[in-house]
Amino acid sequence: MTGNAPFLVVGVIFLLGLYAILTERNLIKIAIGISLLEASANLLLIVLGYRTGGSVPIFTLAGDVGTMVLPTPQALTLTAIVIGLATSALLLSLVMLLYRHYGTLDVREIRRLRG
Amino acid sequence: MNPLSVVVRTICDIFAWFLGIFGAYVIIHGHISPGGGFQGGAVVATMAALLLVAYGGKKVLSFVRPGIYTGMEATGLLVFITAGFLGIGTTFFYNFLAGQGGLFGSVVPLGPNSGILNSAGTISLMNMAVGLEVVSGLSLILIYMFKGIRLFEGREGRSERGHDR
Amino acid sequence: MKRQVLFVVAVLVVAGVFLGALARIHPFGDTTRAPMDDYYLENAQRERSVNNVVTSIVFDYRGFDTLGEAAVLFTAVCSVLALFREGSEKR
Repeated sequence: MTGNAPFLVVGVIFLLGLYAILTERNLIKIAIGISLLEASANLLLIVLGYRTGGSVPIFTLAGDVGTMVLPTPQALTLTAIVIGLATSALLLSLVMLLYRHYGTLDVREIRRLRG
Repeated sequence: MNPLSVVVRTICDIFAWFLGIFGAYVIIHGHISPGGGFQGGAVVATMAALLLVAYGGKKVLSFVRPGIYTGMEATGLLVFITAGFLGIGTTFFYNFLAGQGGLFGSVVPLGPNSGILNSAGTISLMNMAVGLEVVSGLSLILIYMFKGIRLFEGREGRSERGHDR
Repeated sequence: MKRQVLFVVAVLVVAGVFLGALARIHPFGDTTRAPMDDYYLENAQRERSVNNVVTSIVFDYRGFDTLGEAAVLFTAVCSVLALFREGSEKR
Protein backbone atom coordinates (compact mmCIF):
# COMPACT_ATOMS: atom_id res chain seq x y z
CA MET A 1 0.00 0.00 0.00
CA THR A 2 2.79 2.37 0.80
CA GLY A 3 4.24 2.17 -2.66
CA ASN A 4 7.57 3.84 -3.01
CA ALA A 5 6.94 6.37 -0.23
CA PRO A 6 9.92 5.23 1.93
CA PHE A 7 12.32 6.07 -0.90
CA LEU A 8 10.75 9.52 -1.15
CA VAL A 9 11.24 9.98 2.60
CA VAL A 10 14.92 9.21 2.08
CA GLY A 11 15.06 11.90 -0.61
CA VAL A 12 13.28 14.46 1.58
CA ILE A 13 15.66 13.89 4.51
CA PHE A 14 18.62 14.13 2.16
CA LEU A 15 17.37 17.47 0.81
CA LEU A 16 16.83 18.80 4.34
CA GLY A 17 20.44 17.97 5.19
CA LEU A 18 21.65 19.53 1.94
CA TYR A 19 19.65 22.69 2.68
CA ALA A 20 21.17 22.95 6.14
CA ILE A 21 24.72 22.51 4.82
CA LEU A 22 24.41 24.91 1.91
CA THR A 23 22.42 27.79 3.42
CA GLU A 24 23.05 27.86 7.17
CA ARG A 25 25.89 29.91 8.58
CA ASN A 26 26.05 28.46 12.09
CA LEU A 27 28.58 25.65 12.48
CA ILE A 28 26.32 23.68 14.85
CA LYS A 29 23.53 23.76 12.27
CA ILE A 30 25.94 22.56 9.58
CA ALA A 31 26.88 19.67 11.87
CA ILE A 32 23.17 18.87 12.24
CA GLY A 33 22.88 18.87 8.44
CA ILE A 34 25.73 16.38 8.13
CA SER A 35 24.00 14.15 10.68
CA LEU A 36 20.81 14.36 8.61
CA LEU A 37 22.72 13.19 5.53
CA GLU A 38 24.02 10.23 7.51
CA ALA A 39 20.51 9.42 8.69
CA SER A 40 19.18 9.45 5.14
CA ALA A 41 21.93 7.10 3.98
CA ASN A 42 21.18 4.70 6.84
CA LEU A 43 17.47 4.82 6.10
CA LEU A 44 18.11 4.07 2.43
CA LEU A 45 20.09 0.96 3.34
CA ILE A 46 17.37 -0.30 5.67
CA VAL A 47 14.60 0.43 3.17
CA LEU A 48 16.45 -1.42 0.39
CA GLY A 49 16.60 -4.59 2.48
CA TYR A 50 12.94 -4.80 3.48
CA ARG A 51 10.67 -7.65 2.48
CA THR A 52 6.91 -7.37 2.77
CA GLY A 53 5.75 -9.22 5.87
CA GLY A 54 9.28 -10.08 6.90
CA SER A 55 10.30 -10.60 10.51
CA VAL A 56 13.56 -9.70 12.21
CA PRO A 57 16.42 -12.09 11.29
CA ILE A 58 16.69 -13.52 14.80
CA PHE A 59 15.66 -17.08 15.60
CA THR A 60 15.27 -16.75 19.37
CA LEU A 61 11.61 -17.35 20.23
CA ALA A 62 10.62 -16.48 16.69
CA GLY A 63 7.18 -17.41 15.49
CA ASP A 64 6.97 -17.68 11.73
CA VAL A 65 10.38 -17.76 10.08
CA GLY A 66 9.17 -18.14 6.52
CA THR A 67 10.06 -14.59 5.49
CA MET A 68 12.85 -12.59 7.04
CA VAL A 69 14.20 -9.18 6.08
CA LEU A 70 17.69 -9.06 4.61
CA PRO A 71 20.35 -9.14 7.35
CA THR A 72 23.32 -7.71 5.44
CA PRO A 73 22.02 -4.12 5.04
CA GLN A 74 21.21 -4.09 8.75
CA ALA A 75 24.74 -5.17 9.66
CA LEU A 76 26.29 -2.56 7.39
CA THR A 77 23.96 0.11 8.78
CA LEU A 78 25.18 -0.78 12.26
CA THR A 79 28.71 -0.12 11.03
CA ALA A 80 27.65 3.17 9.47
CA ILE A 81 25.89 4.35 12.63
CA VAL A 82 28.97 3.82 14.79
CA ILE A 83 31.20 5.56 12.26
CA GLY A 84 28.72 8.45 12.12
CA LEU A 85 28.81 8.69 15.91
CA ALA A 86 32.60 8.91 15.92
CA THR A 87 32.52 11.51 13.14
CA SER A 88 29.95 13.61 15.02
CA ALA A 89 32.03 13.58 18.18
CA LEU A 90 35.13 14.72 16.31
CA LEU A 91 33.13 17.36 14.42
CA LEU A 92 31.64 18.87 17.58
CA SER A 93 35.03 18.89 19.29
CA LEU A 94 36.46 20.86 16.39
CA VAL A 95 33.50 23.27 16.58
CA MET A 96 34.19 23.81 20.28
CA LEU A 97 37.83 24.62 19.58
CA LEU A 98 36.87 26.95 16.72
CA TYR A 99 34.50 28.82 19.01
CA ARG A 100 37.21 29.22 21.60
CA HIS A 101 39.67 30.50 19.01
CA TYR A 102 37.42 32.91 17.14
CA GLY A 103 34.68 33.70 19.65
CA THR A 104 31.94 33.06 17.09
CA LEU A 105 30.24 30.23 15.23
CA ASP A 106 29.51 32.19 12.05
CA VAL A 107 31.33 30.76 9.06
CA ARG A 108 31.68 34.21 7.49
CA GLU A 109 33.59 35.45 10.51
CA ILE A 110 35.70 32.33 10.78
CA ARG A 111 36.72 32.57 7.15
CA ARG A 112 38.75 35.68 7.96
CA LEU A 113 42.04 34.34 9.21
CA ARG A 114 43.26 35.54 12.55
CA GLY A 115 46.72 34.90 13.85
CA MET B 1 28.23 23.20 34.36
CA ASN B 2 26.58 23.39 37.75
CA PRO B 3 25.17 20.33 39.51
CA LEU B 4 21.42 19.92 39.27
CA SER B 5 18.94 19.86 42.14
CA VAL B 6 18.56 17.14 44.73
CA VAL B 7 15.55 15.61 42.94
CA VAL B 8 17.55 15.00 39.78
CA ARG B 9 20.48 13.64 41.72
CA THR B 10 18.32 11.18 43.69
CA ILE B 11 16.65 9.84 40.56
CA CYS B 12 20.05 9.60 38.92
CA ASP B 13 21.34 7.55 41.84
CA ILE B 14 18.57 5.02 41.24
CA PHE B 15 18.59 4.85 37.46
CA ALA B 16 22.33 4.75 36.89
CA TRP B 17 22.36 1.18 38.24
CA PHE B 18 19.58 0.11 35.91
CA LEU B 19 21.41 1.64 32.98
CA GLY B 20 24.58 -0.26 33.76
CA ILE B 21 22.80 -3.57 34.26
CA PHE B 22 20.64 -3.19 31.16
CA GLY B 23 23.69 -2.33 29.05
CA ALA B 24 25.56 -5.37 30.36
CA TYR B 25 22.50 -7.52 29.56
CA VAL B 26 22.37 -6.21 25.99
CA ILE B 27 26.10 -6.87 25.52
CA ILE B 28 26.10 -10.39 26.98
CA HIS B 29 22.93 -11.50 25.15
CA GLY B 30 24.12 -10.00 21.86
CA HIS B 31 24.11 -13.31 19.99
CA ILE B 32 20.64 -14.50 20.97
CA SER B 33 18.58 -11.30 21.09
CA PRO B 34 18.58 -7.92 19.37
CA GLY B 35 21.59 -5.96 20.48
CA GLY B 36 25.30 -6.51 20.66
CA GLY B 37 28.49 -4.85 21.68
CA PHE B 38 27.92 -1.50 20.04
CA GLN B 39 24.38 -0.97 21.24
CA GLY B 40 24.97 -2.14 24.79
CA GLY B 41 28.17 -0.13 24.98
CA ALA B 42 26.28 2.99 24.00
CA VAL B 43 23.70 2.28 26.72
CA VAL B 44 26.37 1.89 29.39
CA ALA B 45 28.19 5.01 28.21
CA THR B 46 24.97 6.95 28.78
CA MET B 47 25.64 6.40 32.48
CA ALA B 48 28.69 8.65 32.27
CA ALA B 49 26.62 11.38 30.62
CA LEU B 50 23.92 11.05 33.28
CA LEU B 51 26.41 11.33 36.13
CA LEU B 52 28.20 14.28 34.53
CA VAL B 53 24.99 16.22 33.96
CA ALA B 54 23.47 15.49 37.37
CA TYR B 55 26.51 15.88 39.58
CA GLY B 56 28.63 18.35 37.66
CA GLY B 57 32.18 17.91 36.50
CA LYS B 58 33.96 18.76 39.72
CA LYS B 59 32.59 15.84 41.70
CA VAL B 60 32.61 13.19 38.95
CA LEU B 61 36.02 14.04 37.55
CA SER B 62 37.52 13.92 41.02
CA PHE B 63 37.14 10.14 41.18
CA VAL B 64 37.05 9.12 37.52
CA ARG B 65 40.47 8.18 36.21
CA PRO B 66 40.73 8.44 32.40
CA GLY B 67 43.72 6.10 32.48
CA ILE B 68 41.45 3.21 33.43
CA TYR B 69 39.20 3.94 30.46
CA THR B 70 42.19 4.13 28.13
CA GLY B 71 43.36 0.75 29.36
CA MET B 72 39.89 -0.73 28.92
CA GLU B 73 39.70 0.53 25.36
CA ALA B 74 43.10 -0.86 24.41
CA THR B 75 42.20 -4.18 26.06
CA GLY B 76 38.94 -4.46 24.13
CA LEU B 77 40.55 -3.73 20.80
CA LEU B 78 43.41 -6.17 21.47
CA VAL B 79 41.06 -8.99 22.47
CA PHE B 80 39.00 -8.34 19.35
CA ILE B 81 42.00 -8.47 17.02
CA THR B 82 43.46 -11.49 18.82
CA ALA B 83 40.20 -13.41 18.50
CA GLY B 84 40.26 -12.58 14.80
CA PHE B 85 43.85 -13.74 14.36
CA LEU B 86 43.41 -16.99 16.28
CA GLY B 87 41.27 -18.40 13.51
CA ILE B 88 43.86 -17.70 10.85
CA GLY B 89 44.48 -21.43 10.37
CA THR B 90 41.38 -21.42 8.16
CA THR B 91 40.74 -17.78 7.35
CA PHE B 92 41.02 -14.45 9.09
CA PHE B 93 38.07 -14.03 11.52
CA TYR B 94 37.16 -17.73 11.31
CA ASN B 95 34.87 -18.81 14.13
CA PHE B 96 37.05 -21.54 15.61
CA LEU B 97 35.04 -21.92 18.85
CA ALA B 98 31.55 -22.46 17.43
CA GLY B 99 30.07 -25.93 17.85
CA GLN B 100 33.22 -27.40 19.43
CA GLY B 101 31.84 -27.83 22.94
CA GLY B 102 33.43 -26.14 25.91
CA LEU B 103 33.56 -22.36 26.11
CA PHE B 104 30.89 -20.75 23.94
CA GLY B 105 30.68 -24.00 22.01
CA SER B 106 27.14 -25.30 22.44
CA VAL B 107 25.27 -26.25 19.29
CA VAL B 108 21.92 -24.53 18.86
CA PRO B 109 18.97 -26.44 17.37
CA LEU B 110 17.90 -25.35 13.92
CA GLY B 111 14.84 -23.20 13.52
CA PRO B 112 13.18 -21.11 16.23
CA ASN B 113 14.41 -21.98 19.71
CA SER B 114 14.65 -20.38 23.10
CA GLY B 115 18.33 -19.51 22.83
CA ILE B 116 21.44 -20.91 24.54
CA LEU B 117 23.71 -18.42 26.25
CA ASN B 118 26.85 -20.57 25.95
CA SER B 119 26.92 -20.63 22.17
CA ALA B 120 28.13 -18.72 19.13
CA GLY B 121 31.88 -19.17 19.61
CA THR B 122 34.01 -16.10 19.06
CA ILE B 123 30.95 -13.98 18.36
CA SER B 124 30.18 -13.82 22.08
CA LEU B 125 33.79 -13.04 22.87
CA MET B 126 33.93 -10.28 20.26
CA ASN B 127 30.65 -8.83 21.53
CA MET B 128 32.14 -8.43 24.99
CA ALA B 129 35.42 -7.05 23.66
CA VAL B 130 33.70 -4.53 21.41
CA GLY B 131 31.30 -3.64 24.22
CA LEU B 132 34.26 -2.88 26.48
CA GLU B 133 35.82 -0.77 23.77
CA VAL B 134 32.66 1.21 23.02
CA VAL B 135 31.90 1.82 26.71
CA SER B 136 35.34 3.21 27.39
CA GLY B 137 35.60 5.09 24.10
CA LEU B 138 32.30 6.93 24.42
CA SER B 139 32.91 7.63 28.11
CA LEU B 140 36.32 9.08 27.25
CA ILE B 141 34.78 11.29 24.56
CA LEU B 142 32.12 12.52 27.00
CA ILE B 143 34.60 13.17 29.82
CA TYR B 144 37.08 15.01 27.63
CA MET B 145 34.41 17.11 25.93
CA PHE B 146 33.07 17.96 29.38
CA LYS B 147 36.55 18.95 30.45
CA GLY B 148 36.69 21.14 27.34
CA ILE B 149 33.85 23.26 28.72
CA ARG B 150 36.20 24.74 31.29
CA LEU B 151 38.11 26.30 28.43
CA PHE B 152 35.20 28.75 28.22
CA GLU B 153 34.35 29.06 31.88
CA GLY B 154 37.88 29.73 33.04
CA ARG B 155 37.81 33.05 31.27
CA GLU B 156 35.24 34.51 33.64
CA GLY B 157 36.69 32.73 36.63
CA ARG B 158 33.44 30.99 37.57
CA SER B 159 33.40 27.85 39.69
CA GLU B 160 30.74 25.19 39.93
CA ARG B 161 27.97 25.88 42.39
CA GLY B 162 24.82 23.84 43.08
CA HIS B 163 21.30 25.12 43.51
CA ASP B 164 20.93 24.14 47.11
CA ARG B 165 24.33 24.90 48.57
CA MET C 1 21.08 35.03 -1.63
CA LYS C 2 23.93 33.37 -3.49
CA ARG C 3 23.62 30.39 -1.19
CA GLN C 4 19.91 30.00 -1.94
CA VAL C 5 20.65 29.95 -5.68
CA LEU C 6 23.33 27.33 -5.06
CA PHE C 7 20.82 25.32 -3.07
CA VAL C 8 18.21 25.47 -5.84
CA VAL C 9 20.77 24.24 -8.38
CA ALA C 10 21.82 21.44 -6.01
CA VAL C 11 18.18 20.48 -5.43
CA LEU C 12 17.54 20.26 -9.16
CA VAL C 13 20.61 18.07 -9.75
CA VAL C 14 19.93 15.79 -6.78
CA ALA C 15 16.21 15.50 -7.55
CA GLY C 16 16.94 14.61 -11.18
CA VAL C 17 19.38 11.88 -10.25
CA PHE C 18 17.14 10.64 -7.45
CA LEU C 19 13.96 10.45 -9.52
CA GLY C 20 15.86 8.74 -12.31
CA ALA C 21 17.05 6.14 -9.86
CA LEU C 22 13.59 5.79 -8.34
CA ALA C 23 12.12 4.90 -11.73
CA ARG C 24 14.40 1.86 -12.04
CA ILE C 25 14.60 0.62 -8.47
CA HIS C 26 12.65 -2.42 -7.29
CA PRO C 27 9.33 -1.69 -5.53
CA PHE C 28 9.44 -1.24 -1.78
CA GLY C 29 9.28 -4.55 0.04
CA ASP C 30 9.77 -6.65 -3.09
CA THR C 31 13.31 -7.88 -2.53
CA THR C 32 12.85 -11.29 -4.07
CA ARG C 33 16.32 -12.02 -5.44
CA ALA C 34 18.92 -11.91 -2.68
CA PRO C 35 20.95 -15.13 -2.80
CA MET C 36 23.68 -13.97 -0.42
CA ASP C 37 21.23 -12.97 2.30
CA ASP C 38 19.26 -16.17 1.83
CA TYR C 39 22.48 -18.14 2.30
CA TYR C 40 23.15 -16.30 5.54
CA LEU C 41 19.59 -16.84 6.78
CA GLU C 42 19.66 -20.54 6.02
CA ASN C 43 23.17 -21.45 7.14
CA ALA C 44 24.06 -19.09 9.99
CA GLN C 45 22.56 -21.38 12.64
CA ARG C 46 24.20 -24.52 11.28
CA GLU C 47 27.65 -23.11 10.50
CA ARG C 48 28.14 -20.67 13.35
CA SER C 49 25.52 -21.87 15.90
CA VAL C 50 24.18 -18.37 16.49
CA ASN C 51 20.58 -17.23 16.66
CA ASN C 52 21.08 -13.58 15.72
CA VAL C 53 21.92 -13.52 12.01
CA VAL C 54 22.84 -9.83 12.06
CA THR C 55 25.46 -10.43 14.75
CA SER C 56 26.85 -13.37 12.81
CA ILE C 57 27.37 -11.12 9.80
CA VAL C 58 28.83 -8.25 11.82
CA PHE C 59 31.33 -10.31 13.78
CA ASP C 60 31.94 -13.38 11.66
CA TYR C 61 31.11 -13.36 7.98
CA ARG C 62 32.16 -9.76 7.57
CA GLY C 63 34.39 -9.36 10.59
CA PHE C 64 36.96 -7.46 8.60
CA ASP C 65 34.49 -4.57 8.23
CA THR C 66 34.00 -4.51 11.97
CA LEU C 67 37.76 -4.41 12.47
CA GLY C 68 37.90 -1.25 10.37
CA GLU C 69 34.96 0.17 12.28
CA ALA C 70 36.65 -0.44 15.62
CA ALA C 71 39.78 1.19 14.24
CA VAL C 72 37.75 4.24 13.17
CA LEU C 73 36.20 4.53 16.63
CA PHE C 74 39.62 4.21 18.25
CA THR C 75 41.05 6.89 15.96
CA ALA C 76 38.17 9.27 16.75
CA VAL C 77 38.65 8.77 20.49
CA CYS C 78 42.39 9.42 20.14
CA SER C 79 41.67 12.57 18.14
CA VAL C 80 39.25 13.95 20.74
CA LEU C 81 41.74 13.20 23.50
CA ALA C 82 44.45 14.98 21.54
CA LEU C 83 42.24 18.03 20.94
CA PHE C 84 41.27 18.42 24.60
CA ARG C 85 44.54 17.33 26.17
CA GLU C 86 45.87 18.81 29.38
CA GLY C 87 47.39 22.24 29.01
CA SER C 88 45.76 22.96 25.67
CA GLU C 89 43.99 26.02 27.13
CA LYS C 90 47.26 27.85 27.68
CA ARG C 91 47.94 28.36 23.99
